[in-house]
Amino acid sequence: MSNPQPEESTWAAFFADKARRCQDPALRAFYAAGVPGPQTPLCDVPLVALDLETTGLDVHRHAIVSIGLVPFDLRRIRPSAGRYWVVRPQRPLDEASIRFHRITHAEVAHAPDIDAVLDELLAELSGRLVVVHYRGIERPFLDAAVQDRRGERCLFPLIDTMSIEAREVRQGGWNRLKGMLRGAPTSIRLSDTRARYGLPAYSAHHAKLDALATAELLQAQIARHYSPDTPVGELWE
Amino acid sequence: MEAEVQEISEHLRQYPPFDRLDRKWLDQIAARTDVAYYREGSMIQEYGEPIDTLRYIRSGAVEIYRHNGELYNRIGEGDIFGHTGLLHNRRVRFPVRAIEDTLIYLIPADIFDRLCEEDDQFADFVELSGPRLQATVEQNERENDLMVSRVRRLLTRSPVSIEENATVHEAARSMTDHHVSSILLLSRAEGGDERAFAGEEDGHWRLSGILTDQDLRARVLAAGLSGETPLAEIKHDRLITIQSDESVYEAMLAMLRNNVHHLPVLHRRRPVGVVHLSDIVRYETHSSLYLVSNIFNQGSVKGLARLMPDVRAAFVRLVDDGATSQMIGQAMSSIGRSLIRRLIELAEAELGPPPVPYCFMVNGSMARNDQTIATDQDNALILDDSFDPEQHDAWFAALAERVSDGLHACGYPYCNGGIMGTNPKWRQPLSVWRRYFEEWIDKPDPEKLLHSSIFFDLEAVHGEERFVEQLQDLIAQRASQSPLFLAALARNALNRTPPLGFFRTFVMEKDGQHNNSINLKRRGTAPLVDVIRVHALAIGSRSQTSFDRLDDIVKANSLPAGQADKLRYALEFISMVRIRHQAHDLKHHHAPDNNIEPENVSDGERHNLKDAFQVLSNAQKFLRFRYPMPNR
Repeated sequence: MSNPQPEESTWAAFFADKARRCQDPALRAFYAAGVPGPQTPLCDVPLVALDLETTGLDVHRHAIVSIGLVPFDLRRIRPSAGRYWVVRPQRPLDEASIRFHRITHAEVAHAPDIDAVLDELLAELSGRLVVVHYRGIERPFLDAAVQDRRGERCLFPLIDTMSIEAREVRQGGWNRLKGMLRGAPTSIRLSDTRARYGLPAYSAHHAKLDALATAELLQAQIARHYSPDTPVGELWE
Repeated sequence: MEAEVQEISEHLRQYPPFDRLDRKWLDQIAARTDVAYYREGSMIQEYGEPIDTLRYIRSGAVEIYRHNGELYNRIGEGDIFGHTGLLHNRRVRFPVRAIEDTLIYLIPADIFDRLCEEDDQFADFVELSGPRLQATVEQNERENDLMVSRVRRLLTRSPVSIEENATVHEAARSMTDHHVSSILLLSRAEGGDERAFAGEEDGHWRLSGILTDQDLRARVLAAGLSGETPLAEIKHDRLITIQSDESVYEAMLAMLRNNVHHLPVLHRRRPVGVVHLSDIVRYETHSSLYLVSNIFNQGSVKGLARLMPDVRAAFVRLVDDGATSQMIGQAMSSIGRSLIRRLIELAEAELGPPPVPYCFMVNGSMARNDQTIATDQDNALILDDSFDPEQHDAWFAALAERVSDGLHACGYPYCNGGIMGTNPKWRQPLSVWRRYFEEWIDKPDPEKLLHSSIFFDLEAVHGEERFVEQLQDLIAQRASQSPLFLAALARNALNRTPPLGFFRTFVMEKDGQHNNSINLKRRGTAPLVDVIRVHALAIGSRSQTSFDRLDDIVKANSLPAGQADKLRYALEFISMVRIRHQAHDLKHHHAPDNNIEPENVSDGERHNLKDAFQVLSNAQKFLRFRYPMPNR
């Protein structure tokens, strides 16, 4: 990770500090909503699955194209309360990413700059713990966009379903099984991981659908490997 | 629309009852749907807890239990649960557990309520079992009512008509222009005239006659009349018509009775067309009616056997036409009976007249008028009491053998249980038959009754019908008076039980075991028929068909309200699934049987079959309680 990050135990202190010092009202409100203590049982934590589609993987060269989020908790996932935005990247869209995301030039051309949706986005994230599949995209891209538009950092703890899966695959039966069969290493991509939990295949690469898929996956992982009482501090990073 | 809404709605639309909803409804539902994941083995809902969503299985599988913990159903992708609780005080009625890792879509109760209110199909589907099955059966009957052999089905064009004060010449020209062999004559009518109908443009008219090619020859040319003769002067005094919703059969009878070849068809008072005898002949060539008459034209067993492909074609056609199981059963039974009559005629022609009077009796499905296509023969002979085995039995044995062999040659295999007139035991004088029945009824032994219950469906096919009638009287009088007999019969009616339902490609038994196929006769129609027979004999009914017996049961008020109807719907539905699968087998050149593989059962059929099995299961439980073994 290229960005310096606060230690897990100090997330609450970090949020409190930011809430005092931030100039931008939306960011100030976001930090003021705070984070749950690391001992809070998972079943009591409001969650939000977040997925960004970007023009590429390099935060310095690529930009956000669309944002999807779905609020949930361990009992229920609420796509109907979720949000989806298409935003106009400052860097041009290349053909490959159009094919990948199925978002066209025309859609992007009429979309607002991300600055116009940031207030709403931050409000949706406030008071909820973010859940992503692969932590290398959402947090750095969002942080970069907020720094660029608002001049301040946007950092937060998150649960990464891919890390959870990597841990289980490394420690668990999957690895031994694969080792025995001398097959390819187990894929921990979102769709492959979901299949191992009996979750259906979705037509991927739409930010909100991927957010929904991530939320379902976390519920499945907790049901299989953890318990509703697992302290949130064991899983966030 | 957002991608996940589309994703959800695309999935919903593949499964009933959502498959009948329009796009707008589906998207509304999908836009409000929540999601939850349940690990294998975890409880999804517990008895009595509040419930505010309908649950739809997106992936995985669950088991539904009764309050007492008994397995109620096992369902998978695309199935719903929780509706019973939503309909009853918003409390869970049936606990549900995930038996695989399961993803559930949660549809809010307010949408569910609106769906029930605004969409009848949806409401029928989620209602408790009776109404859903009832709705399906009634809808089939309604659709069938429109389709099967109503006269209007034969009409291909609107009628050509002319005012009756026009001339013969004008009529002939119009007939030629329209390429028709008849023209309808109309006269002006007062509005109050009860035969009048409103014209399309002006005033009131009534149908006053019909002019045919034949009339032009016989009534005009042969009589030396000029083309300027007004039509009113030459028309027939009497006009034969038929209503459009009468059966084709009625139309044919009307033509034969009145010796006419053209029949104006009316909808109330308005003429809607003309049927010609040739239309009917063309239609009936493929029908059971035609088959029956053709059976009587055959001079040999070989000739009869050659008609069997036509019998199968008639069966398939009835199914395709949407006929009910009653109509099909009746048609197949009358074909079978005609076949027997013809075989007897042929035998008697060779053997000479019978030495003493007798009656050829059929039992089982042919007596009940519910034959389908894959069915064996059950028959017996009742002889006059003057019968002397030494002198007469050779003749009757020969007759029985010829009929039995003939039936076998025509695709009605010999009866495995030996219920055939060829068996000396079932070729006896009336007095012996009386003793048989008296013994079965007065000294009932469940084991013996198992083999003889088939005789309690009995109908005369040929000869002295009064013999069978006397036995029917005896049964009607005695059976209702013998609690022991009814109890034994009831006990036998519990031997064959229905399965719980279907799960994926399996038939699911009550203990949760899986099977690959189900015999719908053994596990469905036959036990239903058994149950109905017990109730009918208990009230002294003389009816032989299950549906007539149910009517008698309703009249006698001997079952709790609504029970007889449930049995009727269940019998009709299971029978039709069985019949449709047999027709499907025939169309694909497979030998038709009673086995159904779950993969060939549509989603809609599964739900209704499950309900029908439940009706049967409840009816069997009731039977046990209603006709207990008396203490001896």
